[in-house]
Amino acid sequence: MSGTFVGMPAFPEAAREAVDNPILRGNLRHATHTIRAKRAVAVSELDDWAALREAGKQIKDHTLRHLDHYLVRLEESVTAAGGVVHWAVDADEANRIVVELVRATGESEVVKVKSMATQEIGLNEALEAAGVHAYETDLAELIVQLGKDRPSHILVPAIHRNRGEIRDIFAREMGEWGRPAPEGLTDTPAELAEAARLHLREKFLRAKVGVSGANFMVAETGTLMVVESEGNGRMCLTLPETLISVVGIEKIVPTWRDLEVFLQTLPRSSTAERMNPYTSMWTGTTDEDGPRTFHLVLIDNGRTDTLADEVGRQALRCIRCSACLNVCPVYERAGGHAYGSVYPGPIGAILSPQLRGTAGAVDASLPYASSLCGACYEVCPVAIDIPEVLVHLRERVVEGGPTTREGNRVVLKPAKGHAAERAAMRAARWVFSRPGALGAGQRLASRTRRFHPRSMPGPGRAWSASRDLPRLPAEPFRDWWRRTDGGKETEAK
Amino acid sequence: MRVALFLTCVNDTLYPDTGRAVVKLLTRLGVEVDFPMAQTCCGQAHYNTGYRHEAEPLARHFSDVFGAYEAIVTPSGSCGAMVRELYPRMGERARAEGRGDTLAATLAPVVPKTYELTEFLVDVLGVTDVGAYYPHTVTYHPTCHGLRSLGLGDRPRRLLRAVKGLELRELPGADECCGFGGTFAVKNPDVSAAMGADKVRNAESTGADVLCAADNSCLMHIGGTMTRLSTDMRPVHIAEILANTEGEPSA
Repeated sequence: MSGTFVGMPAFPEAAREAVDNPILRGNLRHATHTIRAKRAVAVSELDDWAALREAGKQIKDHTLRHLDHYLVRLEESVTAAGGVVHWAVDADEANRIVVELVRATGESEVVKVKSMATQEIGLNEALEAAGVHAYETDLAELIVQLGKDRPSHILVPAIHRNRGEIRDIFAREMGEWGRPAPEGLTDTPAELAEAARLHLREKFLRAKVGVSGANFMVAETGTLMVVESEGNGRMCLTLPETLISVVGIEKIVPTWRDLEVFLQTLPRSSTAERMNPYTSMWTGTTDEDGPRTFHLVLIDNGRTDTLADEVGRQALRCIRCSACLNVCPVYERAGGHAYGSVYPGPIGAILSPQLRGTAGAVDASLPYASSLCGACYEVCPVAIDIPEVLVHLRERVVEGGPTTREGNRVVLKPAKGHAAERAAMRAARWVFSRPGALGAGQRLASRTRRFHPRSMPGPGRAWSASRDLPRLPAEPFRDWWRRTDGGKETEAK
Repeated sequence: MRVALFLTCVNDTLYPDTGRAVVKLLTRLGVEVDFPMAQTCCGQAHYNTGYRHEAEPLARHFSDVFGAYEAIVTPSGSCGAMVRELYPRMGERARAEGRGDTLAATLAPVVPKTYELTEFLVDVLGVTDVGAYYPHTVTYHPTCHGLRSLGLGDRPRRLLRAVKGLELRELPGADECCGFGGTFAVKNPDVSAAMGADKVRNAESTGADVLCAADNSCLMHIGGTMTRLSTDMRPVHIAEILANTEGEPSA
């Protein structure tokens, strides 16, 4: 995956900074609670939500089960419609392909539709290194790009910024990138939007190359689709002469009819809208209208490995709605940057360690970035059981075991740094397998309770730093039960 | 009716009062309670931390101890969810790993017979007024596993509303996790503490004397945060409220 986030500390340390930042906490709390409440209303309007959720899950699972078939079908349809299909096994290959395609046009600027796939592979950085400026045109992506920042949310990449911060970024940076922000820009949404509109209009009218992702690809017709709220994506998709779409291989649906489900569940889950304002579709090239050249770059980048895992593969159902981020109490406090990936929140916590493997410190910490409360599973419109996959990945971290990396079956060793925990878990299992030993331990603990500190040493210190430990009772329940014959004998307390 | 009390290792060791309250309550309702002395732990901490293979012998032990009973009652939403939701999954995983149906067959008998306390009262015994008296203002925190894995829904609130003298106040953000999450509290202490503090502040805003829940692990986290934040509220397990009567006050 992208090198953008390399060098990030593991989740607990990265989250600490966010927890200690009251402005960030306030921005995130306000934004997630607002979207959360609206989504709940939008979903409750449909009396067949449960059926739609199940249908979405089934369509995605069916497609993933026959992914090889549908990918070949898609390539045939795209080619027949006048497009060119490229296959990229990883981020480097995908970037190389896109850079070559842009070079072939002789251009040194591209306009971009907001795209998770190009963020994932670090395309902007690769283009920059090749002397090509990539301009983000989605409002939130623009804010992130101008602010020399990283996205922190799948749908609202600048969710961590408030209006005042955005005004400052526009006033300071727009001139460096093109048309400057108007004098005396305030932080009212209308003025901010107008400043962005004027700034971007120049770029849309000048650009000869557009780069996009896609929300869906229809195998039967070779049609790609982007759903958005602003219409900036449509500008990028229709005005340039060359269009390059970079899309993950899991984004296929077999037929047009399948879109019926997702065009209901995606907008309601993501922006709490009944229907997204702009739905743009393109099928190859058309004479006299739209781009003359169309390239589709299909990226694997860890997806086939993910597909090989029978528990974890459900993460590939994801339609990037971000509902799980907006309900997650951990995301709300830690913010998106703490996840060290373009995919933050609960879905990021299961997707990133699968796409990238669990070898790095960030990826090994992500499966633990959850209290397993289950709110993410409850809202997921394609029923990804995120807690189940989190626990599965924890097992991979602590116990190791078979997995697939770069297409090969490998057996992972248990991760380092879990030796004390592993020993404690084994010891606990030994005690819990022997009721007599458990009772003796409880009794000993109760008798020595006067000497117990209310804070803990070692790894337990983290617990007692912000909470008091409970006092041990004078007598464990099982001793009371035995002494009083289940409460039947009179108690001599 | 005769039931087995699965108290959970946490309650047995740290919260024996909850166990005594369950015994008192069920006995008052005419249920014969047994406490199988061989019981230990359902294995949830192991399973959720990634030690599924260490959890398997504990699950088998649970089935050996409780398999013969007509019903198993536990005052813990999360331990109840472990048996009901995750034991079948452990069986499936063993099968997927080519280890056959042995584990699934061993665990199957206890799965449908395991009830969380409030579920047992409302669904099996069919009571919502258990004859309790508790003259306090109470706010109820629905713990995540009780809420989402077991789907306890309104059952605990219905039981509380029927308690004489009790005034129930709605907790803002009730459905949000308190931040305990087992080893999450240790592995991500800052986020966990921030979630706990928000939960306590929300509870305080109700002006209630007592925060009640059906899981002592969450109450341990919330209660530990309460003392640290110097609030006057007390964390109390729902069983201790329901066991309390005018004639025999226990909490």
